[in-house]
Amino acid sequence: MSTTTAPGRSATLLRTYAPLLAIAVLAVLLLVVAPATLSAFRLNSLGKYICWAIAAVGIGLAWGRGGMLVMGQGVFFGLGGYAMAMHLKLEAAGPEGVPDFMILYGDGTIPGFWEPFRSGPFTLVAIVVLPALAATGLGWLIFKRRVKGAYFAILTQALAVVFATLLVATIKETGGFNGLNQFTLFFGYNLYDPVNKQMVYSIAAGLLIGCLVVVWQLYRSRFGELLVATRDAEERVRFLGHDPANIKLVAFVIAAVMASIGGAMFAPIAGIISPSDVDATASIFLIAGVALGGRALLLGPALGALTVGFGRTYLSEQFPTQWTYFLGLLFVLVILLLPLGVGDLPRLVRARVGRSAA
Amino acid sequence: MSVQTHRPDELGHDYLEIRGLTVDFDGFKAIDGVDLTLLQGRLHFLIGPNGAGKTTLVDAVTGLVQGTGRASYRNQDLLSMKSHRIVRAGVGRTFQTATVFEELSVLQNLDIAGGIHRSPWGMLRARRGVPAYVEEALATIGLSHLRDRPAGVLAHGQKQWLEIGMLLVQDAKVMLLDEPVAGMSAEEREQTGELLRRIGHERTIVVIEHDMDFVRSFADVVTVMHGGTVLAEGDVATIQADPRVQEVYLGHQGTEPPEPGTTDETSGEDQHA
Repeated sequence: MSTTTAPGRSATLLRTYAPLLAIAVLAVLLLVVAPATLSAFRLNSLGKYICWAIAAVGIGLAWGRGGMLVMGQGVFFGLGGYAMAMHLKLEAAGPEGVPDFMILYGDGTIPGFWEPFRSGPFTLVAIVVLPALAATGLGWLIFKRRVKGAYFAILTQALAVVFATLLVATIKETGGFNGLNQFTLFFGYNLYDPVNKQMVYSIAAGLLIGCLVVVWQLYRSRFGELLVATRDAEERVRFLGHDPANIKLVAFVIAAVMASIGGAMFAPIAGIISPSDVDATASIFLIAGVALGGRALLLGPALGALTVGFGRTYLSEQFPTQWTYFLGLLFVLVILLLPLGVGDLPRLVRARVGRSAA
Repeated sequence: MSVQTHRPDELGHDYLEIRGLTVDFDGFKAIDGVDLTLLQGRLHFLIGPNGAGKTTLVDAVTGLVQGTGRASYRNQDLLSMKSHRIVRAGVGRTFQTATVFEELSVLQNLDIAGGIHRSPWGMLRARRGVPAYVEEALATIGLSHLRDRPAGVLAHGQKQWLEIGMLLVQDAKVMLLDEPVAGMSAEEREQTGELLRRIGHERTIVVIEHDMDFVRSFADVVTVMHGGTVLAEGDVATIQADPRVQEVYLGHQGTEPPEPGTTDETSGEDQHA
């Protein structure tokens, strides 16, 4: 109907590509405006928020569209983060060198599973493949057994606890509580050089934009429709001839890979990855940003994560001791007043205006 | 038992054969050794008092509950298959309460039902235009003028037609419809019956129904179930003349005897799941 008339067609085109336009605006802001206006320190902070935002985009897909409350994305964030950090650590130590903490806490030998991470290409592949494999195996067990709702949330949350505990306990292999830090090189580029720092930032921002374009296409695809259908009526989808487990698995794996990519960029930008960046609390901060921005919206999760990141920094600078209370209060208010996130505000306003006009 | 036996050459091109189907809920046999042959091109009605096992039978054949025995369709035993595989094998069903995707448009509902015909890569593409089979199904169920409306705003009867349309798009060769006309107006029932006649020629359609007027008007074959077994099978006249059928219906207070003049339906009471 709307495709028959010329104005109708352009309206359809606009509706289709408006989200892409919004992504383009965000791209300009992050890749052009921010580097030109922010200090190196602030830009680096923004880089960290962007890494969280990359993970948040995946959470939006899994939770907002797929209905899976993934409370343990820190695990996948950590897989990517530690994979990258191991490579950077080996790079910093040099071809024959041993990472400093292994000498400090261990006997100075490098564990076998570290060796492949000397290779840059292997590390890049691992950042994508490791979380994909882990999420496939895990998701297969979970979804085929039809674990869902609160049980799914608790299970993923528990995994984040286990993962962080494991990291703390393996100080000789993973740096334990301190994590991995003091990276000097990023694939040959000196990380103390501000130009290179900005390049790493730009890569992270570019990856965020890329992830947004990927979910944009997924949301408008038939798979996206099916994912929402699965979220809203899983049993009905079964009688459309699909195994809902497979549909959820795809979304879960994509979300895991995105979290991993976020973690991988977080390590060089933050200069450290430690258990506190990947544990249950970190996972909840990721979820919180998504809830704040609007989990089912295209840009909601990313903007929410950026806001939460900024809020953490700003509030902790202003109110070093009470800042978590402010953040907590913000969430209580959003959940109470805007259960679908701040991004839902325009729709609510429109609905209210429409009601009073009628 | 008056189960009809058919020689292969009497059967249509396509048929679903149920033999010795038993569903055991912790010692309670909801279905007890049911034999049933469902033929292509015939409107087959399944009637019986509440608790007779009609819905459970459909549940067992579509993989929703575990059953023993055999339900063969095109050399596959449906009882050993998962629900989504059964759908892909060409056996579709509806539920007592229409379950369309309320937020999606009529068109999207039909389109999403066509997903089983698409490759994984096709699934990653956005919908462009309307596939011919969706267009066809829209026309068949008579909802072309409502294609862009969200399914949630459809009238009750229209939702049931949309579900039947989704089965058409799925290309279900066997359609198991659980009380499709419950809650419909007389006119809508008539239209639904005509619709089933139209699409029934090259399909095997089974309708669970309480409304005897509807059964009388459209049934080619009627199977009466009682207490998890098949009580009688035949055309409407044979069934109505059967003293055992009369006894079962009259012996159960509050259920409806299969006699002329009773038109009210008893939807939503025949639940086993």
